[in-house]
Amino acid sequence: MNEIILTPKEQPLVPIEINNIIPDVLAGKSIDDIKNMGIWHGNSQVRLHEFFDVEGESSENPSEIKIIINGDVYNTKRIGQGMTTGEILVKGNANMYVGVEMKGGNITVEGNVGSWAGQNMSGGELTIMGDAEDYVGSAYRGDWRGMSGGLLTVHGNVGSEIAEYMLGGKIVIKGNTRIEPGVHMNGGLLVIEGDVVARAGGEMKSGTIVIKGRVNEFLPGFRYLGVEKDIEVEGELIKGAFYKFEGDYATKGAKGFVYVSVAGNSHIAPF
Amino acid sequence: MERIIKNGIVYDPLNSIDGEQMDICIKDGKIVESVSEAADVIDASGKIVMAGGVDPHTHIAGPKVNVGRMFRPEDSKKDAEVITNLKRAGSGFSVPSTFMTGYRYSQMGYTTAMEAAMPPLLSRHTHEEFIDTPFIDHAAYPLFGNSWFVMEYLKDGDIDKCAAFVSWLLKATKGYTIKIVNPAGTEAWGWGGNVHGINDPAPYFDVTGAEIIRGLAEVNEKLGLPHAIHLHCNDLGHPGNYETTLKSFDVPKGIKANPKHGERDAVLYATHVQFHSYGGTNWRDFVSEAPKVADYVNKNDHLVIDVGQVTLDETTLMTADGPMQYDLHTLNGLKWANCDVELETGSGIVPFLYPPRAPVPACQWAIGLELFLLVNPEKVCLTTDSPNGGPFIRYPRVMAWLMSNKYREDMIENQVHKWVQKKTSVATLDKEYSFYEIAQITRSTPAKVLGLSETKGHLGVGADADVAIYNFNPEVQDQSADYAALEAALQNSAYVLKDGNIIVKEGNVVSEGTHGRTYWVNSLYDGELEKQVESEVEKVFKKYYSVNFANYPVQEEYLPKSCPINGVIQ
Repeated sequence: MNEIILTPKEQPLVPIEINNIIPDVLAGKSIDDIKNMGIWHGNSQVRLHEFFDVEGESSENPSEIKIIINGDVYNTKRIGQGMTTGEILVKGNANMYVGVEMKGGNITVEGNVGSWAGQNMSGGELTIMGDAEDYVGSAYRGDWRGMSGGLLTVHGNVGSEIAEYMLGGKIVIKGNTRIEPGVHMNGGLLVIEGDVVARAGGEMKSGTIVIKGRVNEFLPGFRYLGVEKDIEVEGELIKGAFYKFEGDYATKGAKGFVYVSVAGNSHIAPF
Repeated sequence: MERIIKNGIVYDPLNSIDGEQMDICIKDGKIVESVSEAADVIDASGKIVMAGGVDPHTHIAGPKVNVGRMFRPEDSKKDAEVITNLKRAGSGFSVPSTFMTGYRYSQMGYTTAMEAAMPPLLSRHTHEEFIDTPFIDHAAYPLFGNSWFVMEYLKDGDIDKCAAFVSWLLKATKGYTIKIVNPAGTEAWGWGGNVHGINDPAPYFDVTGAEIIRGLAEVNEKLGLPHAIHLHCNDLGHPGNYETTLKSFDVPKGIKANPKHGERDAVLYATHVQFHSYGGTNWRDFVSEAPKVADYVNKNDHLVIDVGQVTLDETTLMTADGPMQYDLHTLNGLKWANCDVELETGSGIVPFLYPPRAPVPACQWAIGLELFLLVNPEKVCLTTDSPNGGPFIRYPRVMAWLMSNKYREDMIENQVHKWVQKKTSVATLDKEYSFYEIAQITRSTPAKVLGLSETKGHLGVGADADVAIYNFNPEVQDQSADYAALEAALQNSAYVLKDGNIIVKEGNVVSEGTHGRTYWVNSLYDGELEKQVESEVEKVFKKYYSVNFANYPVQEEYLPKSCPINGVIQ
């Protein structure tokens, strides 16, 4: 792996966007070329070196490139957008749209991220060690074709409407979610290890949601199918006892499944 | 300002010029006989020269277009342009923003485009969007087919009062023609239903689609309007609807064309006929009936059609045919916007995908081509019913399909669903359009049926100096074999002139956006009767409308380049 290290100088008040700083684009470029690449600062273009010190070595082969953002970039957006291969490591927080439309490769953010992480991703692995805001693994605004592949993991808590219009792939949330995880979901697997505030799987048509924590409020549009132990979903065994629901019947012909852990959720079982 | 376009290969059907190498002279925005030595020279040798394109039916301005923009951010994302020194930023693939609409039409060599559905109540908004659509001359077609006033007068059999109402409303909305969409059907949608065929009455009003078409056709000729009645038939998009289509075509037959401006012979303009040429009883036994429809059009002189070609893209459907849009929403399950425009009309909007490998969209594509290939080019106009069949930026591709049998064969054999060969006759048609015929369906035929052939759609002396020059040399290049180069040339014009000014060069807009003309009909049918009708309308406003009567008419201040066309003035 050849490392290209970007050390942030200072995060500006107006956000910067570095959607083109991905292994696919940096492959075959010299460090000087990379320093002079244009990035967006608000509505104007600036050179990468105005906001980052750049060092290291590139490679002809993008899969051999690891980009390390060596510090906190809380006001930098679109890290790893559309990448197909290679690696990106962010040693701090990042702003919105991390891993948007990612097709392959590997992104790890050690801190927290803003909304829309992994929007429309179709492959690769995106890992957030901290928290993420709303719309993790969602569809582009207005679209009905969301995340279709890849693995998205958030170790902390997330906001609302995650996995919106999800079609495929897998999302794992180790912490808690706010309202409407899996809204309009149409495929794929969403595993929530923490608690959910309300409305899991609202208007979902297909796919599977597994909730290991507590669900404060559950939607009425689901049919209760009984308790299942040690479930197998998408070829993976998940241990524990779960209430199984099918729905959301608010949507015609819906056949999505929601598993909610028996422990701590007696208030939602229909008996 | 004088200009001369030298040695171009000119196609100008209205003046019977078929590929002649000649010069075009321009002075003060008009085509003239000759110019002085001082004229600016554009060298067009080895290039095609035509008049600016005329689009008789598109959806580019007004409330439903704007709703389409707002509720489809994912469509905006597909195509975006950044700001330059000359151009505004813009976005939208199937429903581009206003400025981008003007730029994109201009780049293809189109200089006139008509908004085909204007809810009268929202005409001010439509004209406001025209103000922001640069370069192209335009007009808007107010909707009359489901108007309570029209239905009330026709129910009473009072053609004179109906004419007075139409005359007043065209002036009030700065509208251009009588547009009829699913007559009686959109009103029925207000009650949760639809009509089936032309003999179903609208609820309460008890008038049928046939009565509305006939009545408004009579009104149209009484008023001497430049364009024929512009009809979107009942039963759009339903298997078996060609029978309704042919019956509708028959309704105004026998009425005599009486334009006070222009020289059309047709009394009926039927739009997006592709969507109205289906046989069968459901989507399984569905077949093309385009040959029967084409045969009718060729044998009858009282009508001209446009096609509404499907381009096999992802697009946005929008129409005043509210119940039909609800059907589509239940068919594809995608989001849907619906609107009821008080006493006048309604509308619906749904995103739509036409995948080439899906059986029905593939057949729709083929049926459109059948119509083009079977109908006499003097009686058919090129449209995609943009954005319904596909976005207008696909016109060059449609022309390439028409001009290259090889392109069509490749599509039929490798790209589209095999139903095309089973359910339509397109594979058996080997006609290839010539450039002369392309100029007919995109210039002369639309200009003539719109009543604008004095100044539009040709390059004769006195015409507006709207000229498109394309980088394609038919003497050297083979349109049929090299259809990719043909499409690229038509997409990115070498030069486009608007009123004598160069607005596009090598596919790029090179001029600051200027306002296009707004054509509208300044009709005064019968002073006394119109005043009487106006006072009746005012009473209905007070009772039922949400706006004050005085706020309804559009002032001429909304038209930076007002171009009134006088109808009958008595």
